[in-house]
Amino acid sequence: MMELVCPAGTPASLRAAVDAGAHAIYCGFADDTNARNFPGLNFSRREMAEGIAYAHARGAKVLIAINTFPRAGEMELWHRAVSDAATLGADAAILADLGLIAHAAERHPSLRRHLSVQAAAANPDVINFYASAFDVKRVVLPRVLSVEEIATINRDIDVETEVFVFGGLCVMAEGRCSLSSYISGKSPNMNGVCSPASHVSYVEEGGDLAARLGGYTIHRTPAQAPAPYPTLCKGCFKVGARTGYVFEDPASLDASQLLPALSRAGVTALKIEGRQRSRAYVAQVVRNFRQAVEALAEGREVPVGALARLTEGQAATAGAYNKIWR
Amino acid sequence: MPEALAPLPEHRAIPRMPALLALGVRLAPYPPGDMLLTRLARKILARNPGVLERLGSYRRSRFVLTASDVPVSFLLDLTRDLPAVSLHRDPPAGDARISGSLAVLIGLVHGVWDGDALFFSRDLTVEGDTSAVLALRNAIDDAELDLGQELATFAGPLSGLARRLIEGVERTTGVPLTRSGAVR
Repeated sequence: MMELVCPAGTPASLRAAVDAGAHAIYCGFADDTNARNFPGLNFSRREMAEGIAYAHARGAKVLIAINTFPRAGEMELWHRAVSDAATLGADAAILADLGLIAHAAERHPSLRRHLSVQAAAANPDVINFYASAFDVKRVVLPRVLSVEEIATINRDIDVETEVFVFGGLCVMAEGRCSLSSYISGKSPNMNGVCSPASHVSYVEEGGDLAARLGGYTIHRTPAQAPAPYPTLCKGCFKVGARTGYVFEDPASLDASQLLPALSRAGVTALKIEGRQRSRAYVAQVVRNFRQAVEALAEGREVPVGALARLTEGQAATAGAYNKIWR
Repeated sequence: MPEALAPLPEHRAIPRMPALLALGVRLAPYPPGDMLLTRLARKILARNPGVLERLGSYRRSRFVLTASDVPVSFLLDLTRDLPAVSLHRDPPAGDARISGSLAVLIGLVHGVWDGDALFFSRDLTVEGDTSAVLALRNAIDDAELDLGQELATFAGPLSGLARRLIEGVERTTGVPLTRSGAVR
């Protein structure tokens, strides 16, 4: 059975994910070391220890995301996160920065290393480099690859691959997107926040909901229309005479119907996005996908999920997996 | 055809607050309501210190919760040493405001619905300090509160009866007034 890797932004969400059938939970410490550094989110060291104990007692693994890029002069914060992940008994650390991976391999060799999607490793050469140089065991593939490309990669590597199957969708090569920095000075890469809430405001204007990021209106949603996240990549702009989504439509990834193809492509683990979401989201999505991977493992048809209401813009896409535009 | 996922509804429908109940909330005298809700908030925060910890730098904020279908606004004032809740006919000033139907606001506390999904569907709107809203949402979601249970304990020796009464209203209206009602 393919492994189901599920998000948790709080201890309550972690327990909800475990109870709903997650094989593994990924989560982060409450600081700049992880890419979901949102207000009120994430784990203290004590909460992480309790979460790991809860998961392990029920046969689930805990993977700690330390997947931002350390800032010069502040390495200690990231080094301590890796050290604590090892001490607390995490099943793996999810890392993005080359230097931090080298540090983890040298100082904490027994801590399993996964390569974060933030590293944007998208071809066999770079994956094999991470594997041979730092004994990386698994790579989370960026959301810009087709299923065919994933199959090609898996044929040429010896490490496990993990792919996103549900949730928020970045169209950019992750770890290299500077849109959020451009408008707010903060990014998921360096600060763990994309379009930080501290720079977001919502205003009702003539029946429309105007979303402002860094003081700029990036989206105006008419009454009754679904609202998107306030990220620049989902912004709706006027270009010449046209008004539309310049980068990307506001839609979430839902690859549930591609699970058989992903399995044939040699994928080991399926990742659900959404550490910033509630325990209600976690429970519902995990339960759906657990049923799906069980059905697949038993040779049954993958059931149709019913998660549309949970998706951004209330619309779903298979993203780059079905790359029909090439 | 692929089989359907049987026991997993796509989205639990948001119930409408019965008109009589909404009227009752609207016409309820505010001073006793303020006292009861303040007592409830203090009790919950004392029993769940993690809520204020998760609020972090927003632990001294003023949050306005507007039940748009009643309509009534609740001001959760954390600027004082002891938190206080007050009821208002019109939304008072605060650092952040969250608006939705009363059922949505109660259901969020009990983990029935996902806040982001309610935002996408426009069932929930936020104004003011968005960071403060996120901090409150995440703190409350993690606390796994049970407002019905907490309220019932105010009835002292009659708390069992009060609990059954609350559950009866919950069953009749569909509004998730307790945490266990959230999974029904």
